[in-house]
Amino acid sequence: MPRKKMIETDILIIGAGPTGLFAVFEAGLLKLKCHIIDALPQIGGQLAELYPKKPIYDIPGYPEVLAGDLVSNLMEQIKQFQPGFTLGETAQTIEKLEDGTFIVTTNEGTKHHAKAIAIAGGLGTFEPRKPILKDLEFYEKEDRGVDYFVKDPEKYRGKNVVISGGGDSALDWSIFLSDVAASVTLVHRRNEFRGALDSVEKVQELKSSGKIKLITPAEVVGFKGSERLESVDIEVNGARMNVVTDYFIPLFGLTPKLGPIANWGLEIEKNAIKVNNALDYQTNIDGIYAIGDVNIYPGKLKLILCGFHEATLMCQSVYNRINPGKKYVLKYTTVSGVDGFDGTRKEAEKAVVKSID
Amino acid sequence: MPQDITIKITDRDGVLHEVQAPTDMNMNVMELIRAYELAPEGTVGICGGMAMCASCQCYVLNDVISLERNPDEEAMLWEAYHVKDNSRLGCQIPITEAIDGLEIEIAPEQ
Repeated sequence: MPRKKMIETDILIIGAGPTGLFAVFEAGLLKLKCHIIDALPQIGGQLAELYPKKPIYDIPGYPEVLAGDLVSNLMEQIKQFQPGFTLGETAQTIEKLEDGTFIVTTNEGTKHHAKAIAIAGGLGTFEPRKPILKDLEFYEKEDRGVDYFVKDPEKYRGKNVVISGGGDSALDWSIFLSDVAASVTLVHRRNEFRGALDSVEKVQELKSSGKIKLITPAEVVGFKGSERLESVDIEVNGARMNVVTDYFIPLFGLTPKLGPIANWGLEIEKNAIKVNNALDYQTNIDGIYAIGDVNIYPGKLKLILCGFHEATLMCQSVYNRINPGKKYVLKYTTVSGVDGFDGTRKEAEKAVVKSID
Repeated sequence: MPQDITIKITDRDGVLHEVQAPTDMNMNVMELIRAYELAPEGTVGICGGMAMCASCQCYVLNDVISLERNPDEEAMLWEAYHVKDNSRLGCQIPITEAIDGLEIEIAPEQ
């Protein structure tokens, strides 16, 4: 297998939630490049995974904004700073080099070399809640048929898929894959689903047109297949049936765990990383910062708006760290505009100087 | 000023706490558990109170409140672990004068 190329960046951000995304903007203003790692296959963190269709009322300047829209807006706001992403991988190990820079390696072996680390990990890594089933561990390895995330929908093209779960992700992936997979079977323990109304209605429609097979109230209770998954046993009202399938995707929600970061030698208190809030949100390890919900200090509030502030101060500190002694004054975007790394420039329109007769 | 009410909460180590709760701050039982730090941060109220994680599951030990669950709560408890007949989600129990004297036990971690 060819070795993966090392990803080079100024600030490596761990966590693609709102705080991590906004950090890219503040870093960009200081000409610092960012790369973001997230364990989930999509950006947005909790906002995308837990409550994309729910409103937030305490983002300054937004009387109401849907969590999913806030994520899209942040992505739009930072795109000219061309952040890199390593999605669907968990930051596993960290190594501090003699020159004070860091190498962070993910669970899939992707290596990132950065001048500073900003942990914006929120509640931690979202780990899938797994069903309690015999032989689960065998089938979840090496593409043997059990997946907990849909990372690449193309993988399921022309395949038979059984999805289990009753929430938004089970509904939304069933809808999406019904266009891609050879067959989609949705299994849920109850007849009632809990999701956005339009998703529930869409599944109803696809069920009626035969594009989704719905089995409720039912549960996947076993697997068959010697090399890889060939079929699942489903219990419906006390009776068993067998459904031939290539993939089984249980979507029972995710539980956050601080994960491997807990072993990085950082000072941890109350499941959060202690930082210096009097200065720059740096941790006990020089060059590693923690911002947003993942950090703790006296008076800490886990609010998105506090994360934005912490991200901003972190970037200033990293600038000073990377450019010791180099003069810098705070710029206002209204005055200076925004110069993207992609060559774009945003600026205020010039006022017209003209006499009025 | 409204009077605080008293709630008895048994934590995950079996220790009983008798705590005072304000009724005028729009709080719920999950938030009360966090305010008194009766379970470690990150192990209770993970979703913030949207009935989406069951980390604040409690067993109701007396009949001060009804065991009737709202639809979101019912859906979540269907998918949770350690669920009993007297399970409720703390985040779905608002703190009002009507629940003075409530006794609950925090369910094990999910």
